[in-house]
Amino acid sequence: MTAYLLRRLLSLSLSLVAASLVIFLVMEVVPGDPASFMMGLNADPQAVAALRSQLGLDEPLPLRYIGWVAGLLQGDFGISYTYRVPVSELIAERVVISLPLTLYALALSTLIAFPAGILAASRRNSAADLTVMGATQLGVAIPNFWFAMILVLIFAVNLRWFSAGGFPGWEAGFWPAIKALTLPAIALALPQASILARVMRSSLIDTLNEDFMRTARAKGLSRGQALWRHALRNALIPVLTIIGLQFSFLLAGGIIIENVFYLPGLGRLAFQAITQRDLIVVRSVVILLVFAVIVVTFLVDLAYAAADPRLRRRRS
Amino acid sequence: MTKNPIAATAVSLLALGLAFGVTPAMAAKMDVTIGMQLEPPNLDPTGGAAAAIDEVVYANVFEGLTRFGSDGAILPALAESWEISDDGLVYTFKLHTGVKFHDGSDFNADDVKFSLDRARAEGSTNAQKALFADIASVDVVDPATVKVTLSKPNGSFLFNMAWGDAVIVAPETAADNAAKPVGTGPFTLTEWVKGDRVELGRYDGYWGTPVKLDKVTFKFISDPTAAFAAMMAGDLDAYPAFPAPENLVQFEADPRFKVITGSSEGETILAMNNKKPPLDNVKVREAIAHAIDRQAIIDGAMFGYGTPIGTHFAPHNPAYVDLTAQSAYDPEKSKALLAEAGVSDLTLSLKLPPPSYARRGGEIIAAQLREVGINTDITNVEWAQWLDDVFKAKNFDLTIVSHTEPMDIGIYARDDYYFQYGDPDFKAIMADLANATDPAKRTELMQAAQKKIADDYVNAYLFQLARAGVISAKLKGIWLNSPTQANDMTGVYWEE
Repeated sequence: MTAYLLRRLLSLSLSLVAASLVIFLVMEVVPGDPASFMMGLNADPQAVAALRSQLGLDEPLPLRYIGWVAGLLQGDFGISYTYRVPVSELIAERVVISLPLTLYALALSTLIAFPAGILAASRRNSAADLTVMGATQLGVAIPNFWFAMILVLIFAVNLRWFSAGGFPGWEAGFWPAIKALTLPAIALALPQASILARVMRSSLIDTLNEDFMRTARAKGLSRGQALWRHALRNALIPVLTIIGLQFSFLLAGGIIIENVFYLPGLGRLAFQAITQRDLIVVRSVVILLVFAVIVVTFLVDLAYAAADPRLRRRRS
Repeated sequence: MTKNPIAATAVSLLALGLAFGVTPAMAAKMDVTIGMQLEPPNLDPTGGAAAAIDEVVYANVFEGLTRFGSDGAILPALAESWEISDDGLVYTFKLHTGVKFHDGSDFNADDVKFSLDRARAEGSTNAQKALFADIASVDVVDPATVKVTLSKPNGSFLFNMAWGDAVIVAPETAADNAAKPVGTGPFTLTEWVKGDRVELGRYDGYWGTPVKLDKVTFKFISDPTAAFAAMMAGDLDAYPAFPAPENLVQFEADPRFKVITGSSEGETILAMNNKKPPLDNVKVREAIAHAIDRQAIIDGAMFGYGTPIGTHFAPHNPAYVDLTAQSAYDPEKSKALLAEAGVSDLTLSLKLPPPSYARRGGEIIAAQLREVGINTDITNVEWAQWLDDVFKAKNFDLTIVSHTEPMDIGIYARDDYYFQYGDPDFKAIMADLANATDPAKRTELMQAAQKKIADDYVNAYLFQLARAGVISAKLKGIWLNSPTQANDMTGVYWEE
């Protein structure tokens, strides 16, 4: 297990180094100069040059890369070109929205998908199964931003139960903040829940056909008991994989939903920083997301081992 | 499993929604929430050109010696009055007394000297450094009097001092204004939730007429659909520069709202690269100007909002001359001019930045140019790319852009400006204008300048960008026109 962990950690750090290099160079190749963007059409060329040197943009490339990575290792993400505050502060302000939104959506998705998937699998070809399959087909097909707009039209514009978007901040209290995240979380969760329910269903059906399930029934367990005690745990492996992927997707991919609900999350920060050529913010956000994805993949691997003892033995 | 889990989940979600649906009782409204498309990157108007900075802080948080009124007139602000010497070189400003910065410190002539010297210093990052170029020295006479000496007469000096880039800041706090703005205005920054909103609260120590609002919130919603929903849901009280003109009709039909339209300082032009053949030939440029049907672009791209212009000048300015007839839509004349210039089979690059006036307008212009036999090669670019490729590297034939700075006809005198005009006769007119202080003479020169660039067909002048938006029907005192990029909240109030 230790050797396995070390190997995983080494590949994790190599991925990070490679990612940091690619991210840095790509942003360097993209045309556009942050200083001239900030100073506008009427600016005095001298003032633009002064700003460039103030931002450290006239230093040579390798020096800036090393400076950036050295900063990252110490937890210093640098100073945003446009906001002129530490990037870590900006990211911290956004993570407290994006991360809860992701977890909220993931929780909703799981809460909907598990019962639906289990119901469909246990009563295969029944009316319940057909309903779940039909509904999830629709859920997969509907784009989440369109669904988000429909939610806004119904619950914000017509019923006025919710704001059309925005985020009051956690300091406004727990419930107002959760309320602001509710429509976006539902919009994000529904397509994910549909995918997850379908995976849960097919994985469970596969497991129910296994020999050990017949043995369990032969031992005298009822259908329900066999399902809860033996089938569910075995069916979880592919489901965990999907949940891991969905977490990364939701964290990095909430950008469209963040735009529809004008939530100040990580996705919108990255998007805004790209258009303003706030290179240092773009790089830091992207490397953070890469880091999150790698760590989540790592955790999912560990979760497999917990769910399936065979995997643990094979690796040690 | 007898219970249907989906139904159970739906019911609990519904219950959750109902629980959240409770709204607090409405009190007398003393606050206002304004929608804006872009968030300011920082709140220091003296260190960047982003329009969103002035849209939040101009007149609300920071004040200058003079200021713009809603009609574009120059009004006194921190300077109570001024005297100009007969040679037009010395401006003596009498300052208001009893003015305090938001941190409680006193405002006096030293702050004026500091602010002006800082803006014009070497290494200054003031985006409009040219506004201060003619200042030779700034002298403190006494705490309430400051004397500014110019190196040459400048008829637009008081106008220059009204810009957001010329506001007065305190030496102790100037460096931190980006995040913690400290000005002399009637509102002070209370909160900034980055990416979401800026909140301003009333400053009780304000020296001037007290404002009627307790709180102003600027909320940043860039997506037009989201902006529409936010207005409809009552999350916003006003969106003075609404991003999607096509939605305004729906607001007009709703008695809760009022659609406001006014003029802006945005001259929208089809800029041409004057040094790149065949556009260096005035006949070709004239041909392009005659190929364009301005009204079709205003109707098609702006849903009817916009005023046709024939030169680079705002129609609401008293010195404006209507030269649209000179470059009227006339495809036959356009074809004849191209033949005369000996140009055929012409393909020009057309680079379009993101705003809809450019992207939608560009498609229409491309179709109109095709009618006279000019093909275009359209590239959509982001702003940062546009600045690099078009503005700096001058790697373009045609582009569409709105020049939103007030009174910016002076850019035609710059040698290295992106459309590369810099004609010596035009420069001479601008030099005379800078030296002229007599209003009649100034008007005459400004009109000569407008005619000169129209005669030379430097660019094709399309329309003056309208400032069209929507406000709650009970909200009063919002600027209709925008003589500068600002949301002046000092006179805004709710009708009983």
